[in-house]
Amino acid sequence: MDTQFSAEDLAFRDEVRQFFQENCSAELRARLASKKTSREAQVEWQKCLYERGWIAPGWPVEHGGTGWTATQKFIFESERTSADAPDVIPFGLKMVGPVIYTFGTEEQQAKFLPRILRSDDWWCQGYSEPGAGSDLAALKTKAELDGDEYLVNGAKIWTSGAHLADWIFCLVRTDSSGKKQEGISFLLIDMKTPGITVNPIIGLDGGHSLNEVQFNEVRVPAENLIGEQDKGWTYAKALLQHERTAIAGVAGCKRVLARVIAYARAEGGLIDDPAFQRRLSDAEIEIMALEYTELRVLAALSAGTAPGPESSLLKIKGTELQQAVQELWMEVAGYYQGVLPDADGVDHSGHEFGSKACISYMYGRATTVYGGSNEVQKNIISKAVLGL
Amino acid sequence: MNFDFSEEQNMLKDSVARFVQDHYDAHSRRELVASEQGFDRGNWQMFAELGWLSIPFDESVGGFGGDAIDTMVVMQELGKGLVVEPFVATVLLFGGLIQKAGNTTQQENWLSRVIAGEVQGAFAFLERHSRFELADISTAATASGDGFVLNGEKTVVFNGLAADALVVSARTAGEAGAEDGISLLLVDATAPGVERSGYRLMDGQLVANVRFDHVELAADALLGERDQGYAPMQAVVDNVTLALCAEALGIMEKLNSTTVEYTRTREQFGVAIASFQALQHRMVDTFMACEQTRSLLYRAVCSAKNSADDDSVESQRNLHALKVMVDRAGKLVGDEALQLHGGIGMTDELEVGHYVKRLMTIRTIFGNGDYHQAKFNQLSYA
Ligand SMILES: Cc1cc2nc3c(=O)[nH]c(=O)nc-3n(C[C@H](O)[C@H](O)[C@H](O)COP(=O)(O)OP(=O)(O)OC[C@H]3O[C@@H](n4cnc5c(N)ncnc54)[C@H](O)[C@@H]3O)c2cc1C
Repeated sequence: MDTQFSAEDLAFRDEVRQFFQENCSAELRARLASKKTSREAQVEWQKCLYERGWIAPGWPVEHGGTGWTATQKFIFESERTSADAPDVIPFGLKMVGPVIYTFGTEEQQAKFLPRILRSDDWWCQGYSEPGAGSDLAALKTKAELDGDEYLVNGAKIWTSGAHLADWIFCLVRTDSSGKKQEGISFLLIDMKTPGITVNPIIGLDGGHSLNEVQFNEVRVPAENLIGEQDKGWTYAKALLQHERTAIAGVAGCKRVLARVIAYARAEGGLIDDPAFQRRLSDAEIEIMALEYTELRVLAALSAGTAPGPESSLLKIKGTELQQAVQELWMEVAGYYQGVLPDADGVDHSGHEFGSKACISYMYGRATTVYGGSNEVQKNIISKAVLGL
Repeated sequence: MNFDFSEEQNMLKDSVARFVQDHYDAHSRRELVASEQGFDRGNWQMFAELGWLSIPFDESVGGFGGDAIDTMVVMQELGKGLVVEPFVATVLLFGGLIQKAGNTTQQENWLSRVIAGEVQGAFAFLERHSRFELADISTAATASGDGFVLNGEKTVVFNGLAADALVVSARTAGEAGAEDGISLLLVDATAPGVERSGYRLMDGQLVANVRFDHVELAADALLGERDQGYAPMQAVVDNVTLALCAEALGIMEKLNSTTVEYTRTREQFGVAIASFQALQHRMVDTFMACEQTRSLLYRAVCSAKNSADDDSVESQRNLHALKVMVDRAGKLVGDEALQLHGGIGMTDELEVGHYVKRLMTIRTIFGNGDYHQAKFNQLSYA
């Protein structure tokens, strides 16, 4: 056991640091932060990572990954968050991409993977339905084979980014005769297909990221089926583990904590308040531990083992800590924690970060719900790890 | 010993509950919050007619002569209904300060109009750096002739845009932070040199930053004694803190009942999610948190009502304890309500989030949990 960075690691760190310094400018970050320009700025940023060959550190080298060690991945994430560089949008690169390179045909890989890597296509995730949230396998959106097409009918809900997406990967029901986990298929659907309607849902934070997606007699080429018909549950579960690992966001959490500490120093003596210090260190100590839990998962992954049930632990603790840190940020903001920006995102209170803290807090409430709620994660750990 | 409301208090409670039932569905509240005014003047007139605006004021000025319990009863129901009309800002803060510190003329001039619903008021106390210290202000009123000239800026002034007049805490002597040397001044919100810019808080309130640039005030703008404004201000803030805690309790009750009801009807895995013991225990915890809050609220309200000056330490301890409890229990209840609703809880459409936002705001107003816990510790163990 050894966690010292090697000389190569340190050289890698400097290289990554320099890259972020040179490419993630304040100007770019300002465009990312503004509603009007955020999408194009995000694409620009992702293309920049692509050019450098760093867009998909988690992917196998033959599909466009980096071949980095666990340590290098860790360094990359730390440097990324220290530079306040945005994460990639996960739906293509961290969710459906891995499913396609693992379970897709060669044709599917050739068709979709390069476009995902280049950020030419934006994806969204069509899993949840009004009646199928935690009980995902209860999903009802139906796909019937009709010649060489599937005919899709039904509705998905809570679909993040569906209004911006070119493609949606969907779980659909192709058989309802047996156990509910059997008879689910994994289908890729072009969002421009006739019969798809996207209705916005406004979130707690006042923003629009969520949607309801309706499918009315939508015709999907059968070649867009991933793997075997009725076996989609297996692929979906594999994806969920990737998703949960990604949601933990330890490096991002550390970054926000550092910012909270800096703000608390500037806020008339708050940093000297023993009660506040206690809350800060409660969070920081857990984050220090989680950082190593994540490293252990990463190490297992790069040794070639798929992330196992320990990824559920990462998701629970990671999201709890994100929320704890967001709460601390709200506390530093005091009265200004409740300030809402206007429609253009401008904060008229004159306070530096109150409205940012507020929005991050409100959106952050969802992290313990999405990607499989934390209660469901606990059920998984108690069954799969503790054998209860 | 009894914890029952009087017949009159029950009637008051029913009357607020009925108003909420008849006039305050989620849809109309949403429209109100989005409107330019941020509340409904018609509703305000109705409050006046129903006598609610007179509750805390002395009978000598046409008030109902109510006590802390009467205010608590009203606030708890307003909380359940998530009512945005500026009862706290105009009646409890603005009116409360005039009643507490004002002379007979000032009381006669203003309180009858507050009671009639003819005037909106606000209390401008916060400055960018003050955090939770009422005395940490630098807005200054310097003597000029018989009166004053006011300079400075106040932030997050509740009801600051709609207010016709403001009570402003200003320094007439002493250093920032000193309790001595603070005076309370009545300022016409449209006077030359007063500049207001409004913005919204997450709980739907319209608030304002208010700048005072050489605002000239006559001698009769002074509320109470010069340099001695801190004590009446703190006393009123304590009363209002109690009232806000009552509102918080109303919100917590509403969140808990809504959540219990939702888990009974929402089915996953072929059963109501209420059947999962993991969730049942958490709803038991939020139920207990709510009852503990109620107990401290009753404790604090009774001691505020009965306290003579000599047992004010006990009454202070009760108030700090209550605000700490509202902070902790409010956080728990709000978090659990959102979490147990799952995805739907994260939407603007569902009312649950709006209750949580108001609860978050109340947790902070006049000091968050840590602030009040430190005060409690000082009074108890120092
Ligand atoms: C911001 C946000 C973004 C999202 N993005 C997407 C997306 O892009 N694509 C997508 O497909 N979905 C998305 N989701 C949906 C998300 O995955 C679901 O909300 C989640 O799976 C929970 O389902 P539900 O909302 O139906 O809640 P429910 O399943 O109804 O759960 C309600 C409550 O019951 C609890 N519960 C349920 N079952 C159990 C049990 N057995 N034991 C104990 N407690 C239980 C839950 O933990 C929760 O607290 C998103 C959700 C949010 C909030």
